[in-house]
This record gives sequence, structure tokens and C-alpha cells, in this order.
Amino acid sequence: MIRRLVMGLAILGVAGGAVFWWLTMPSRLAPAALAGPAPNAEHGRLVFAAAGCASCHVTEGQTDRTRMGGGHGLKSPFGTFYAPNISPHPERGIGRWSEADFANAMLKGVSPSGEHYYPAFPYTSYQRMTVGDVRDLFAYMKTLPVDPTANRPHDLPFPFTVRRGLGLWKLAFLDGQPFRPDPSKSAAWNRGAYLVEGPGHCAECHSPRAFTGAITADRRFAGGPNPEGAGWVPNITPHRDGIASWSEDDIASYLADGFTPSGDSAGGAMASVIRNTAQLSNDDRAAMAAYLKALPAREGRAPPRR
Amino acid sequence: MKRLIIAAATIAIGTLAVSAQGADPIAARKASMKTVGEQTGAGARMARGQAPFDLAQARAIFAAYEQSAATYANLFPDGSQTGGETAALPTIWANRAAFNAAVAKWGADARTEGAKVTDLATFQAAFGEVTKNCGSCHETYRARRN
Repeated sequence: MIRRLVMGLAILGVAGGAVFWWLTMPSRLAPAALAGPAPNAEHGRLVFAAAGCASCHVTEGQTDRTRMGGGHGLKSPFGTFYAPNISPHPERGIGRWSEADFANAMLKGVSPSGEHYYPAFPYTSYQRMTVGDVRDLFAYMKTLPVDPTANRPHDLPFPFTVRRGLGLWKLAFLDGQPFRPDPSKSAAWNRGAYLVEGPGHCAECHSPRAFTGAITADRRFAGGPNPEGAGWVPNITPHRDGIASWSEDDIASYLADGFTPSGDSAGGAMASVIRNTAQLSNDDRAAMAAYLKALPAREGRAPPRR
Repeated sequence: MKRLIIAAATIAIGTLAVSAQGADPIAARKASMKTVGEQTGAGARMARGQAPFDLAQARAIFAAYEQSAATYANLFPDGSQTGGETAALPTIWANRAAFNAAVAKWGADARTEGAKVTDLATFQAAFGEVTKNCGSCHETYRARRN
């Protein structure tokens, strides 16, 4: 009887392990997905700014925003994630990566060796990017200075150290859908939607998250307490607690020079974001503003009084 | 007599309240930044072309920056780390010398750059240069809120 029970449990355990292994298998792009004209590194420079790569990956403790040695710590309720070296260093960076390796990282959240990345790397947004933009970005990043900074391991407790488990998280929260334009909306709205939802990954900071670490859908863009520590991430929907009183021009200008309509200036992590969006074209900033103003007004947690 | 005492007491309490407010560094630094914000808002509108350029107003902006910067760092004494819904981060007190230097740089930049302003183009350049100090300080020393 006992022997049967043990046998039964062992079989269940193996079967469960096999199912887990199968469910958490990393998914990759089909090689044909990367077909297209030769990538344009100059356009990649704009994608690099739109995607805000420098904000997390710039080498800690210096100001050159093309040195991608990493080291910035991103605090979260799960632990602290340290942005890795994504400079073209052959061992410590991405110098030996193929274009397919890079596209799988950006669009599938999978490393060249087939491991899942933690979604602190915002591939939940980057998955919306076009393959063309991702290829241009890679071509640009190969031109950046080689930085020898060694990668710092993430500071996470068990069980979050088991990357394979992220396969289950991805099953639940990564839909794998590219950006689909809405033909009923203007060209500016569609461009703004692409920039805000894709490379700009605005929702990643400007939305509250559930205990699972996934964004709370009905409060997307509605802001909340700063998950990284002191302060507040503002509501960027046209709610009265958000940007209801801002015009599209106010938003586009803010993304260029960092001044709010009341004369305050961007602070915290947003100061760095402005350094990225300042490099975009006026049309792109206006498009982002048009999309944000067209979002449904969502109520978030009441912001603190000034 | 009773009336006189009440009146005197009222005045005394009022004076106390006013001086307490004057001694409240958190309120004082908020007021200082409010003035700076109003000036910056006006400056941003001129620099963006949302408002016509006015040389006297442009010079007043840099003068206001210089004036605020002259005393601003003194408004963060020990004991004013918390309270009054302050957004000041503990980094200020942990890196006192760096914070004081950052405020001093802002004031010095306002003086040097402000002196160069003669027209819209020179104003845009000077305003852009001086207000880099806003972002760099708010990035390091103020809790996130925008």
C-alpha cells in the first residue's frame, strides 16, 4: 500500500515536472520574422531614445548616456534588479549577440542561452515594437562605446531566483501581440499609441501593479505610490487627478523641456525620461500627447497634497 | 480691562503664529520654490514661444533665481527632514556639501547666464542652461511626483 502510494506520488511528481517544463519553455521568434531591408543605425538612435534604454542601462556613476555598462538598481517588492551591461563588450555586454538574439530579448524576453528575463526589463511593452525598429536599434547599439563594467547579480530571494518559473508568469501576462494600428483613429494617435505603449513603455511606471507584479489593467496609466521608494508616480490619464488640465501642447512641451504648466520641473526618474524624449521629433512628442489625452480618464489612488 | 487683556492676548497669539510660520523652514522652502516655479512657468512660455518675449521679465527671472538660491540651502536645517508633506529626500542631509554646492551652482549659473540675455535667442540659450539645474536637483533630492 505504502509502496503504491510512493510510486503514485513519484509518477505525479515527474508528470508535474514535465508539464511545468513544457509550460515554461521559452518561445522564440521564427527566423523568417527578421527578414527585411538593411537596418538603419541612424534611425536606431531615435528608437534608442524612444525606448529609454539609457535611463536604466547607463554605466552607474557617470553621465555619458551612450555608455551602456549598466549597474542601476531597480527596486521592487520582489527584490532589487540590476540593469546589465548592454554595451558591445564581447563578454560582459552584447558584443557577440546576433540580431536574432537581440530581437528575442526585446520581443520575447528570452536570453541568447534560452533563459527568461525578469519583466523588470520591460519586454511586456517592447513586444509591441516593430521588427524593423528592433533591428535598427540593434544596428545603432553596435556603434556605442565598449564598456567593461561587470554585471551585478540581482538581489532576489527564493523562489524568484528560479527563472524557469517566469515561463508561467509569461503565460499569464505576456500576450505576444505586436502593436496593431487602429484605422478608425488619426495617424498621430496611432503613432502616439505605438510610442507610448511600445518603446516608451510609459505604463510600466505609471500604473499600479497587483501582487503578481502585473499591471492592474483598469488602472493602467493611473499612477500610484512609487514602487521604488519615497514619492508618487502621477496619473497620466485625462482624469482631474491626472492631466485633465494639460493641453496637448503642454504635454508635448513637457516631453521636450521638462516643465509642467505650473512651472515645476520633472524630477526623480522622469528627469532622465525627459532627456530621452527631448531627442525625439516634435511630431513624435505631439503624437504621444494626442494619445495620452485620448486615453479614458481613470481614477487612481488619491495623490498626496502638495 | 478684560477687553484689553483679550485683545493683547489675541495679538500675542497672532504674533506667535506669524513668527512660528516664519521659522518653519519647510513652509519657507516651499514658498521659495513656489516663486521659482512661477518665474519658470513664465520663462518656459516665453522660451517655447507661447508668450511674447519681454526683456525686463526675462531678466527678472534670473534675478529671482539668484535671490532664491542665495538662501535656499539654509532652509533645510536638521530637524526639518520630515513633516509638512515635504518631498525633500534624506539624501540632502546625507550629502550636505553636495546639496549646498548644487544650490550654489544654480545661483551662479543664474548670474552668469542671465547677464548674457539681450533677445529671445540668447534668453532661450541662457534659460535652457540655468534650468538644467532644476532637473538635476529634483532628480536626486526630491521624491518622485511628476
